[in-house]
Amino acid sequence: MALKDLPVDECLLQGSAACPGCPATIGLRLVLKALGKKTILVVPACCTAVIESLYPHTSFDVPVMNIAFEAAAAGASGVEAALRQQGRDDITVVAWAGDGGTYDIGIQALSGALERGTNFIYICYNNQIYSNTGIQRSGATPYASWTTTTVTGKNEFRKEMGEIILAHHIPYVAQTCISYPEDVIRKVAKAKSMKGPKYLEIFAPCPPGWRFSMDKTVEMGELAVETGAWALWECDHDVMTFNGKSKLLLEKKIERKPVEEWIKYQGRFSHLFKPQRDEQRLKAINDHIDQLWERYRSCYLQPETKQVLKTEK
Amino acid sequence: MTIMMDTGNRIAAKAAVMARPEVVAAYPITPQTTLVEAIAEYVATGEFKGEYICVESEHSAMSACIGASAAGSRTFTATSSHGLLLMHEMLHWAALARLPVVMCNINRVLGPGWNIWADENDSISQRDTGWIQFYCSSNQEIFDTVIQSFKLAEHKNVVLPVMINLNAFILSHTSMPATIPDQDIVDTYLGKYIPHWKLDVDNPVTFGNIIGPAHYEKVRRAMQDAQEEALHLIPQIAKEWKKQSGFFHGDLLEYYKCEGAETILLAMGAIGAESKIAIDELQKEGMKIGLARVRTFRPFPKEAIIQLGKKADLIVIDRNISIGSEGALFNEVKAALYGSSEVKVQGFIAGLGGKDVTYKDVETMCKKAIKMPPQKEQFWYGFEV
Repeated sequence: MALKDLPVDECLLQGSAACPGCPATIGLRLVLKALGKKTILVVPACCTAVIESLYPHTSFDVPVMNIAFEAAAAGASGVEAALRQQGRDDITVVAWAGDGGTYDIGIQALSGALERGTNFIYICYNNQIYSNTGIQRSGATPYASWTTTTVTGKNEFRKEMGEIILAHHIPYVAQTCISYPEDVIRKVAKAKSMKGPKYLEIFAPCPPGWRFSMDKTVEMGELAVETGAWALWECDHDVMTFNGKSKLLLEKKIERKPVEEWIKYQGRFSHLFKPQRDEQRLKAINDHIDQLWERYRSCYLQPETKQVLKTEK
Repeated sequence: MTIMMDTGNRIAAKAAVMARPEVVAAYPITPQTTLVEAIAEYVATGEFKGEYICVESEHSAMSACIGASAAGSRTFTATSSHGLLLMHEMLHWAALARLPVVMCNINRVLGPGWNIWADENDSISQRDTGWIQFYCSSNQEIFDTVIQSFKLAEHKNVVLPVMINLNAFILSHTSMPATIPDQDIVDTYLGKYIPHWKLDVDNPVTFGNIIGPAHYEKVRRAMQDAQEEALHLIPQIAKEWKKQSGFFHGDLLEYYKCEGAETILLAMGAIGAESKIAIDELQKEGMKIGLARVRTFRPFPKEAIIQLGKKADLIVIDRNISIGSEGALFNEVKAALYGSSEVKVQGFIAGLGGKDVTYKDVETMCKKAIKMPPQKEQFWYGFEV
């Protein structure tokens, strides 16, 4: 589905309580356009619980069930079971959760729902922090990043949630980013077309959380992909494909931009540059991304491409 | 109509399946396991045609029930002890969302140390969640209460979840006969579930978003009103069930030989059943004592307690303790009497950790309470001289 083919109708209405430049609303708008009105959203504690706006108002034109922080996938399991009993196979059940609700507190319920074969799409919009509670570290927060609970920078590297999901061998797993609307829409539509559990992660640069200017949300997503800090990929029935610039990066058809190109715009990394450059941690960030891509190559490159790269060496 | 000779758990499962829930989500925990295993057998035989979700935790069991109920389905689950505690957050959620989930809880001790026997601290510590709470004392009562609970939970003036409590092993694993009516009787009695609200793509509504203090207070008030409404409805729907099935288990308090009693014993669950024998024995000795078994703990039957307090001294046995205060029933009975009665109320803590409480023990407690002058404190049975 091309952008021009998207429905004009909006399921995300005016009057949302999102911050200016919010990536979650960009993602939601695209996701809901791709899914249409026969969609039920299950939303745990996360920014979207605020974006919905205050009772008795709502900014959604699809039914929404709010649920506790760790319970999105389990709640969606119940909704899906009920719809199956009612013979409503025309409705898409979507759990829409942040990275805190996915990587951390919600991982048990998520893993359980995937293992049980729940017919739903679980979407994690990943802004790499607990943003709704005021910017605390999560399992998705990158190394050296400032948050209110990692005041001098996080000491640990983020975990690869997408690959944890891969180990469930569900029909479809994909990573995308709000900066690439065609990629988001294509992946959402693909997920909708399949039965069983589908997992999508949408990278969502957060202006107040990452401390960058609110007009740079899309650019921050693009730079994350171009510097290899985030990867666009999809795994359709255990067949892994990297997409867009991430595919070119994987196959070494383009050079990865230095990660500083991405982090220099973000106040959450400013302590790495002033009062003086923290060479040690800057190198650690860069090395970690190199290692990540080397591992991606060893795991996911097609054998023939691997051979070409070896010969080039 | 058939007679089923089986355990409390299996009779509860039979009742649950006959109520035709569309979704059951459950996680195993001793001593609830034989209940969910029985439902799995009904899935295998085709007697249960709903969705049976084997979730990965009790928190997810209740979350899935919430999702299913919100999507417009009749739902059932069962748990016990630590499982109930893990659900705690979602118990509040189900009640605040006004979802008529029905659940059996097998009253079991909390750890550490590990202990699987009867103790009511698990459900008593959930008394503020907004759930209606019944405490059963026989397998027939379990069957009737499970069926009636769906009717009550789904009643338009209630729309709250219901928890049916049965003591571990003493009820859950003890075979007793229960009369099981034909399926069409249950179907006629309950009717098809028509939800009061549901997730509906043709009428998109956002449920449970941010709510300001003024609206929130109204939500809480409405829950309280619904619980008070349930006080009237519990006997009423039980009478309707009696017309269909022939059995009546709809008392807020079950009165046993209270005519002319100068002292009335209050107890719940299995101790409540055991106490009947104690009352028989004590009356044989010429004592003017009766029993009021508290069947409904939420809503708390305040008015009925006040009426008891007008004619007799009261003895309360709790198989639970609110540490730092006292037994929950003792505490709430006294609070109900405040300003309307000056009778003597003596409390006992007994049977914690599954310690056996026989009718002999109940007799000893009653005699002690009658003999001694009014006390402010409760006694721990078996500790004091």
